[in-house]
Amino acid sequence: MIAPESLALDALEIDALTELVNVGVSRAASSLRTMIGSEVLLSVPAVEMMTYERAATLIGEREAGELIAVHQSFQGDISGGAMLIFPETNSLELVRAIAGGALPLDDIIALEKEALAETGNIILNGCLATIANMLQQTLNVSLPEIIYGSGSDIFSRSPISVTDSAVLFLYINFSVRHRDIHGYIAMLMDLPSLTALKALIGKMIERATVESTSNHATH
Amino acid sequence: MATKILIVDDSKLARMSVSKLLSELRPGWVRLEAANADEAVKQTDQEHPDIILLDFNMPGQSGLELAAQLHETHPDIPVAIVSANIQVEIVERAALAGATFIAKPLTGPALAEFLTAAEAKVAAR
Repeated sequence: MIAPESLALDALEIDALTELVNVGVSRAASSLRTMIGSEVLLSVPAVEMMTYERAATLIGEREAGELIAVHQSFQGDISGGAMLIFPETNSLELVRAIAGGALPLDDIIALEKEALAETGNIILNGCLATIANMLQQTLNVSLPEIIYGSGSDIFSRSPISVTDSAVLFLYINFSVRHRDIHGYIAMLMDLPSLTALKALIGKMIERATVESTSNHATH
Repeated sequence: MATKILIVDDSKLARMSVSKLLSELRPGWVRLEAANADEAVKQTDQEHPDIILLDFNMPGQSGLELAAQLHETHPDIPVAIVSANIQVEIVERAALAGATFIAKPLTGPALAEFLTAAEAKVAAR
């Protein structure tokens, strides 16, 4: 395991991280809903820190076929990559959902990359922006890149060096009502960023829980 | 008698955060907590809260399902669904379940607005 013990998160820190992700993804799903006009259903998120090999295996166990990932790098006090991952077989359905059902297949195929990049951008940016706000941070987010391949391919082809990175694997299953579309979100971060993330989560917990001694609003 | 408010959220941090806001907005109130729908129903039957705040996305029964159930069994209790999932379907379903929708992350002014309306409803009972 690459994450040293000092990086292990305690129960409340895991809880805080899960809540952070839940709020981020819920906001992002609301944006996606506006784009496609159908309700986006979300599972309760599970958050786990793991090696990229383990994350690749986990996705491989759930998805037999080829995958597509939309990847965006982020930089700030915490830096890394965020990925929206879904089965390649879902991609045309996603484009149809965004562009409307009336488009001919050739047009849908032509739009595929652009639509995937745009969807990824909305979900990942929405998620990262919410997380950054809640951590009181500013993150610069790069343009989206599309990566095709198996579970291990999409991690090893990520522009972020995966060998010394841990993956914050956010397992949240999202699906679109009446459409065969589902996917996952993963984040890759190196050890200095994970250390910074742990410190920022600690501060967030403090802000959320320390009873204020002044400025009591009475009613 | 002090007003009792029940906070239902699977996230401990979210409950602590709401509790902190409530301690500032309504310091005299009794704050109860539940981590899931089953606990919430039990607390509601035993402790008879005046007002309930529900998280939407919880393992097991969701906050919306719980709101609909509470609307049947305890129609007098003002309920709010607190969620970052601001999709129109969720907001509409909250209204159908007789609940007020409040966006997460929860802010003092948004919570205060609900509490004021809920207090008026409780006082009119």
